[in-house]
Amino acid sequence: MADVRFSSVRKGYGAVEVIPELDLTIEDGSFTVLVGPSGCGKSTLLRMIAGLEEVTAGTITIGGEDVTHRDPSERGIAMVFQSYALYPHMTVADNIGFGLKLSGLPKDEVAKRVADAAAILQLDKLLERKPRQLSGGQRQRVAIGRAIVRKPKVFLFDEPLSNLDAALRAQMRVELAELHTRIGATMVYVTHDQVEAMTMADRIVVLNGGRIEQAGAPMDLYRAPATPFVAGFIGSPRMNFLEGQAAKALGGDLVGIRPEHLDISAASGLWQGRLRHAEHLGSETLSYVDVEGVGSMTVKTEGEVSVAPNQLVYLSPREGQLHVFNAGKRTSI
Amino acid sequence: MSIKSRSQRQELAMLLPAVIFLIALIVVPFALSIWFSFTDQRLVPRPIPTKVIGFTNYLRMFDDPLFWQAIWNTVLFALLVVPFQLAISLGAALILNAAIPFRSVFRAIAILPLLLPMTVIVAIWAVLFRIPNGPLNAAYQWFAGSGNYVDWIGNPSTAMVSIVVLSAWATFPYQMLIYLAGLQDIPQDLYEAAKLDGAKSWQRFRYVTWPGLRNVNIFLLIITTIGALKLFTQVNILTKGGPNGATTTIIQYLFQQGYATQKVGYASAVAVFFFLAVTAIALLQRRFLKNEGEA
Repeated sequence: MADVRFSSVRKGYGAVEVIPELDLTIEDGSFTVLVGPSGCGKSTLLRMIAGLEEVTAGTITIGGEDVTHRDPSERGIAMVFQSYALYPHMTVADNIGFGLKLSGLPKDEVAKRVADAAAILQLDKLLERKPRQLSGGQRQRVAIGRAIVRKPKVFLFDEPLSNLDAALRAQMRVELAELHTRIGATMVYVTHDQVEAMTMADRIVVLNGGRIEQAGAPMDLYRAPATPFVAGFIGSPRMNFLEGQAAKALGGDLVGIRPEHLDISAASGLWQGRLRHAEHLGSETLSYVDVEGVGSMTVKTEGEVSVAPNQLVYLSPREGQLHVFNAGKRTSI
Repeated sequence: MSIKSRSQRQELAMLLPAVIFLIALIVVPFALSIWFSFTDQRLVPRPIPTKVIGFTNYLRMFDDPLFWQAIWNTVLFALLVVPFQLAISLGAALILNAAIPFRSVFRAIAILPLLLPMTVIVAIWAVLFRIPNGPLNAAYQWFAGSGNYVDWIGNPSTAMVSIVVLSAWATFPYQMLIYLAGLQDIPQDLYEAAKLDGAKSWQRFRYVTWPGLRNVNIFLLIITTIGALKLFTQVNILTKGGPNGATTTIIQYLFQQGYATQKVGYASAVAVFFFLAVTAIALLQRRFLKNEGEA
């Protein structure tokens, strides 16, 4: 068992409260992604699990053991940093094996475990290189190797892909997901990128201002966001929101509709608007439409759509795809 | 005129003042020193014209036991002061880099010696070293009993060590500030990764701080060594090279020969030798200690 439990955890810096009282359970073996905008407290949460940040109040348990005041190295965790944090003067092998060496493991055992980790991450041929001789992706793998080799109960990832280019990021997403399947350990992953959250997580925790907005399976958050914040944060392009009279007409003080759940037509529809701009991406088209009394709405349509700027168009929401919010809470089923 | 050549002319024009000063103040005097070193040039012109005497100055220099003693004293001073000074600089930098209360106050106090001219510092230490009742001797008497004292700078066995301590104190803030900059340049992530790896504070120093200061150490080792080899002011004010030549350094020797005995040709030979020796030492240090990224 290596679940992670926050019980009434608070974190403040002087008078500034970063995390108001928070309770959260990260299930054993899950791939949990903490997601939210900058300053929402997601990295602080991760660092509190790691022991790099003291908690102001409350307890943290890992696998049922209270680790609130334990040293980072005694918590059974390993962490991959955004900057990789590789020791620049050590070889790849030494970087991966450093923690094992300090723990007093015999040299041949260290070498064996380093070799095993290197094989998993295809680093076999790079073991004698220094970090500066590696590409960004290879450095990332070394950082992951350093985590794997310690056989931790919980892996912590702090925005590990944000320094990589888009193609490499996509590749590493797949590799990390595969790694999770292979190892089966609990993984906690922090990101501000909702695409990473949706593609990798089996559970997403959306944070805002140090509070949990919603926690659940990615598709649950996508289908039934509990708050307007989650609705706006999960999904790309961002959900369209209707306010005022337009929302009231649909039964809420705020109504959301995802761009991919809007149909665009030149003939008829619920809302009439004028096409401001269209982005043709080949596989899909993004149309930006100015709707009178509603504002700008984005429509995502599969394939090519032949629309011209300034053209009069009609938009209709698909059946059952409206997200109705009242007083900041979801009221539609 | 093409744009490129115009901008090149501008660059040259801007470099010119510095080049003129460099030539006038360094290149010409040094070239003259080389020339003088092969002559019997005196400080005050004599009726007899200056003669070229070949390597005579150099041969005489190598024959003079005081010259070799000066070399040995200079090397001894460098061997003692460089590690001592770098150690206290690093220690002070580590303390000031830690999250201690009133850090900025301590930082301001620590750089005070840097603001004082060396002559003033030597005057302060002359008071500290005073016999029989200077502050250092007062402290000594606590342990050794009243009536006992050490002639810190008058005794050949303590004179050099006293000069070493004084010199290290006088200039350590410079090295400390560079160490401080070096320490602040080490990413915090590395310390956190080391903590996760189970490194204790000594191990974090050994495996993160020390390697992270490699380039700073190389730089400081070279400039501190060169600075140590140039030791003069302290010795000239406090001991004049005594007692019995125990603190005669190569520059002190050069000064005595050039000014006191007015043998400019001979002193120039010492200067040329000193220049070559310092260059060789700096090059050797550079060769054996490569910067991170060059290895």
